[in-house]
Amino acid sequence: MKTSPIVRKKEVRKLLTELGAKIYDDINLGVFPEISMPSRSVKNIVYDKDLKQYVVGQNVVKRSSKNIKHIRPFTQTIWLAFFVEKLLREGKTSTLRDVYYSAQAFNIDFKDQAESDEIITDLEALLRKAREDYNVYPEERSAIYGDLTIEYTVPGHEGKRLNLVSHPDGYLIGPSLSTAELVKTSANVVFAVEKGGLFTRFVENKVHERYKALIVDTAGQPPRSTRYFLRRLNQELGLPIYVLTDADPYGMHIYMVIASGSANAAHLTELTVPTAKWIGVTATDIETYKLPYVKLKDEDIKRAYELKNDPRYKDATFQKELDMFIKKQKKAELEAFSKYSLDYIVDKYLPDKLKGIKEN
Amino acid sequence: MGEEGENLKETFSEISPSDFFYRNRDLAGFTNPSRALYSTVRELVENSLDACEIERIPPEIYTRITPFDPSENEDPRKYLVRVQDNGPGVAPDYIAEAFGKVLYGSKYKLRQSRGMFGLGGTMAILYGQITSNKPVKIQTSTDGIKKYSLTLMIDIEKNKPIILDKKVDDARKIKGTVVEVVVEGDYLRSSQKIQEYFKQTALVVPYANITFVDPMGRIYNYLMTTQEMPPPPKETLPHPYGIDVEFMRRMIRQSKELTLSKFMPKRFHRVGAKTAIKFLQFAGLDPNRDPKSLTDEEIVNLVSSMHKFEEFLPPDANCLSPLGEKIFSAGIIKELAPEFFTVVVRPPSAYSGFPFIVELALAYGGRQLDKGIKLYRYANRIPLLYDEASDVAWKVINEEIDWKRYKIPLEAPIAVVVNISSTRIPYKTVGKEYIADRPEIERELKNALRETLRKLSAYLSRRTSEEHEKRKINLYMKYLPLIAGFAKELAGENKPPNYKRLLEQSREEAVEEEKVNVSEEGRKGEGQKTIEDFANS
Repeated sequence: MKTSPIVRKKEVRKLLTELGAKIYDDINLGVFPEISMPSRSVKNIVYDKDLKQYVVGQNVVKRSSKNIKHIRPFTQTIWLAFFVEKLLREGKTSTLRDVYYSAQAFNIDFKDQAESDEIITDLEALLRKAREDYNVYPEERSAIYGDLTIEYTVPGHEGKRLNLVSHPDGYLIGPSLSTAELVKTSANVVFAVEKGGLFTRFVENKVHERYKALIVDTAGQPPRSTRYFLRRLNQELGLPIYVLTDADPYGMHIYMVIASGSANAAHLTELTVPTAKWIGVTATDIETYKLPYVKLKDEDIKRAYELKNDPRYKDATFQKELDMFIKKQKKAELEAFSKYSLDYIVDKYLPDKLKGIKEN
Repeated sequence: MGEEGENLKETFSEISPSDFFYRNRDLAGFTNPSRALYSTVRELVENSLDACEIERIPPEIYTRITPFDPSENEDPRKYLVRVQDNGPGVAPDYIAEAFGKVLYGSKYKLRQSRGMFGLGGTMAILYGQITSNKPVKIQTSTDGIKKYSLTLMIDIEKNKPIILDKKVDDARKIKGTVVEVVVEGDYLRSSQKIQEYFKQTALVVPYANITFVDPMGRIYNYLMTTQEMPPPPKETLPHPYGIDVEFMRRMIRQSKELTLSKFMPKRFHRVGAKTAIKFLQFAGLDPNRDPKSLTDEEIVNLVSSMHKFEEFLPPDANCLSPLGEKIFSAGIIKELAPEFFTVVVRPPSAYSGFPFIVELALAYGGRQLDKGIKLYRYANRIPLLYDEASDVAWKVINEEIDWKRYKIPLEAPIAVVVNISSTRIPYKTVGKEYIADRPEIERELKNALRETLRKLSAYLSRRTSEEHEKRKINLYMKYLPLIAGFAKELAGENKPPNYKRLLEQSREEAVEEEKVNVSEEGRKGEGQKTIEDFANS
């Protein structure tokens, strides 16, 4: 279960150099090199009941340097492999945008960032490794707070330890944190909240002490590095993950992506926390707590119907909540609890819901 | 017409004024000052070209239009048109008659030549005289020793030349003829047509040097690019299918034969003694009758029987003078400089007893051609510039051919050049500017155009696959070294892998594919040429 980031990076580097060696030999033998990867087309994405997430099927895409339609993306892919192997070797990281610009220094032309993002995803599919494993991160905005001691593995900071309770605004879940060794924690649980406002409220109300918790701000739909980090917290430290979102179909889906992944990343199976739980706010909660609400918009309702047909939502409780949204046509934000008092959500709502989850 | 004249010079024969109207009722081209100026230039230039070609002299034609009266400064006004050639010249005894008498021409016999009636030039002179009241000036030398200069007018009523001045001096080794007429014209409104006339003429006479100086002093030069000239046409007798009652009457009047059985083979093309007897039986006429004894009614019957009788052999085409593939090609290269062209010379065919040959060139691309299809029409190598949309060739191009079938891109830069050679061009109206849609001619045009389109289509698809291969190689050249470089780094090797083998491999494959394409086309048809082919041949 527990894999050290250093070990993981070594594995990825090995995969990359093997890829390079194969292409090198092919060319020397007078054979046009080719690569193959699982197809990421809609037709090839299927729901895996055991993994409770979307996965790619058996279809394979071949990309040959002989085919003039392929040779450009082929070259781009090989360049990216070369580029990220260098990143790993030198212990550096890059962002999606940075990759797009870096290509120009190597005479690799990407039309736009969308094209380079696509190639980055291709390499993920080819290696079956998340881009974070080869040091390419999105722009970060999510944060973590609580009693967790980490040890950096990034060059220049190797061996340095830090406790994440030292800074009340939390710590950015960036490349250094994502790749740090998780040394020790006193926490028993992780609360992942959708919004920075609630994150601050939790810190101020010392939720980390009262619940022995780590608090994560997902900043909306969490970036993959955050999902990857949540998974590490769950798998390496054995912490349960509880998710708090706004009460609407989109908020609900934030939880679902943490638990079951997204169709976009169907080629990756190491980003999910299948045991994560949704605390709320649920459609039922709006009624129970008589929360101030806003009427659902047409697009919210449309989304609710879409989710009802999604295999990730086939569980009865999810179906019930979606039906409730559709029937009542109400949505509410996490901040709605402030109607009672600023502390209400921490002092009353959270204990209520945790009790409910434990009873189940 | 004397035997001597026939052997030495062009055959001259006099025909009566009534014949003039009979044979030239369609004649026009002098309807207004702008059209008249164009027609004057055209008729004189065509006469000069004809004169040179008959003697197989590579033509050197110099044409100049200058304002005649400096006090006039607005069109229409009087212009002096001067056309000079290096042709055989006109024999001294014939000069006055040739230029000063309507209907006195050398082209009366059935042989293809530009101005079928031989009086276009005389018409220009007549028109000039009527509008300017100025005489025509002729200078001509047949031997380069003596030059005859005549100033003359036409006595229109008596149809006789009036010689105002005549002198003989040293030709200074210059042979040929100079004609100067003063006509009322409008250059402002005809300049475009006149310039187009010279350009289009240059296309079909690549063996000529043509210079045109316009009233503003601008010089247009068209240089010869080949020495080769088309073989001169042979004179032929009229074919029975092409005879009408009036013509028959005239032939009978001139005939010296005493019996129909002798008259027929002697006076008609493709009629032997046996065929003559068979035909006369068919027509119900006594072979021993004297042609001159036939009544009007019997003449009408004779002619209509000729048209019905099915056993006459079709007319022989050796009286025609088509351009031929080589000269046509030289003209196309010279004036259109296309990326690709192909020429088709159809086998001779006939309509109503008149032989004709369709020659068609299809040119594509190059710097000179504009987008879309441009049609160049020629009748006996005379450019036809007016009423294009009424012409049979226009109809075939625009209505009868499905261009999409040949996968020719829309707006492709294309020129279709059509030359119809015939002893009698079936003009639709008096203007002699567009050709009637006779089914026989239409069919030949369609077949010719189809044949050239097939070749163009094959060329274009070959070019597309060539470009494709080129693009492919370029992509390999661009990306394979990059791939090799990155693979080297990734694999931790010291030197890049040898990708040149892959490049060579793909080049060889491209060549193989090329060979396959060419041999497939070779089976379909030959004769397509590009400028390069010509340069290499």
